[in-house]
Amino acid sequence: MNVKQFSNVALLIVLPIFLFVMIFPALVHAATGSGSFKKDTEIQISFGAPVDETWAKDPANYRVFQKTDPDIEIPVTSVTLSPRKTSAVLTFGEALNLSSEYEVQAKNVTSDGKMLGNVEFLVKKSEGQILFTIFLGAMLINNFVFTKYLGLCIFFGVSQKKETAIGMGITFTIVMVLSAVMCWALLTFVLQPLHLGFLQIIVFIGTVAIFVQAVDTILRKVNPYLFKKLGVFLVLIVTNCIILAVPLINADSGNGPFESLTLGLGAGLGFALALFLMSCVREKLELCRVPSVFRGLPIAFVVAGLFALSFLGFSGFSIF
Amino acid sequence: MSSNLRLIWNGLIPENPIFRLALSMCPAVAVTTSVENGLMLGLAVVFVQVFSSCTVSIFKSFIHPRIRIPAYVIVIALWVTVIDMILPVISPDVYKKVELFVKLIVVFAIIISRLELFASKEPLIPSFFDGLGMGFGFLFGLCLIGAIREFFGTGQLFGYDILGFNPLLIMVLPAGGFFVIGFIMAIFNWLEYKITGKIPTSGGAH
Repeated sequence: MNVKQFSNVALLIVLPIFLFVMIFPALVHAATGSGSFKKDTEIQISFGAPVDETWAKDPANYRVFQKTDPDIEIPVTSVTLSPRKTSAVLTFGEALNLSSEYEVQAKNVTSDGKMLGNVEFLVKKSEGQILFTIFLGAMLINNFVFTKYLGLCIFFGVSQKKETAIGMGITFTIVMVLSAVMCWALLTFVLQPLHLGFLQIIVFIGTVAIFVQAVDTILRKVNPYLFKKLGVFLVLIVTNCIILAVPLINADSGNGPFESLTLGLGAGLGFALALFLMSCVREKLELCRVPSVFRGLPIAFVVAGLFALSFLGFSGFSIF
Repeated sequence: MSSNLRLIWNGLIPENPIFRLALSMCPAVAVTTSVENGLMLGLAVVFVQVFSSCTVSIFKSFIHPRIRIPAYVIVIALWVTVIDMILPVISPDVYKKVELFVKLIVVFAIIISRLELFASKEPLIPSFFDGLGMGFGFLFGLCLIGAIREFFGTGQLFGYDILGFNPLLIMVLPAGGFFVIGFIMAIFNWLEYKITGKIPTSGGAH
């Protein structure tokens, strides 16, 4: 089995996991509120029946706040009503935090001159959207290598050849996803009930080291060929900062199991992408005439700097 | 005593962890947007390096060679947990900026490589000075990069305004760190070329 076949197999394993993660929460939380974000300063809400234009156009009739801080009201600057008068778009002066939940209360909704009472709308992103945002953020926008500078040691160490870069990228992604979930489980079911949060560094690094050792031992017995291809990388993974940073970030931001898994997957694929891009450039660089004092690492750093500049282009990029 | 001084000098310039050995590059780029951050993380690394070197040196006869790596990791994690509790008390503001990296000292390659190459073989006193030297070399590297990036990026040093304008904004952007390290490494190579007359092969970057 060469690297290409192996990468196909790995893709077959990773893709269903990814699709499952994306779809599963959508099945569970199928019924979200009847409001949605349009841009980061706009919320769209829809009414059951056509409402009066004079009532709907008055911003004072709406009360908008974050679900976590009901005291802090966010002022509505203007309201536009759709031609059929069943949905309205509220515009705000300040940008909303798209990853949190908002509640919109409409006071004394009037339709055909009749008062219908107050209506509440819950506005939040669906779970799938949040997960996709996390995934995209970890992979491209906040790429762990180029904007957070983690995992540089491995990044410069194994990016000399395309083949090793691909092998490392795939091995790393698999180990990253599994250890992110394992660390989440340990944190939630062992450390937090026992109030041992301050031990998270020791526990996480221990978990990763034990897990890598276990994979190493199992792979050696079960599939010696694959072990020969990946064995070197497996040991190196323990010294990669990303493998410890992702569980720590998960613990800090209180991510759930799916968020942890998605962050791990995004971080792993982002690292693999960075490694692949870098190895392509460095293979070409071998043939170039580089000033002698720049040969080796110095020029690799300058190239990484150029990559980091180009990855800046992803900042502010969002789909939902 | 002179051999101990040589150990410190060795860590500071000839085997500088960042520019010569090219170990633990991640914090070198990530936290060095200002001298203050670099100083804070550098001091934390000095602390962890010295204490884990001493610990491993004292207990080296009890550590079975086959499980030495996990044992070293646990020793490092122990001292990192200690410094992670001390730093927020000393300087909460700066700690917030370098928090993730203080925790990540566990996986810094420089510390475990010094334990493996030096402290596991030598007695306590040389291990202490080797740890001190490597720690100060790391501190020196972080402060140098931090000073260059802060001065050219924001026109400040230690938060005091010196120039009053931003000469090169790119220096505080993510890309700037890579450029600065690349050029400093090239300068170190060039100096060695001028002194010894041969072009060095740069370190492995682990």
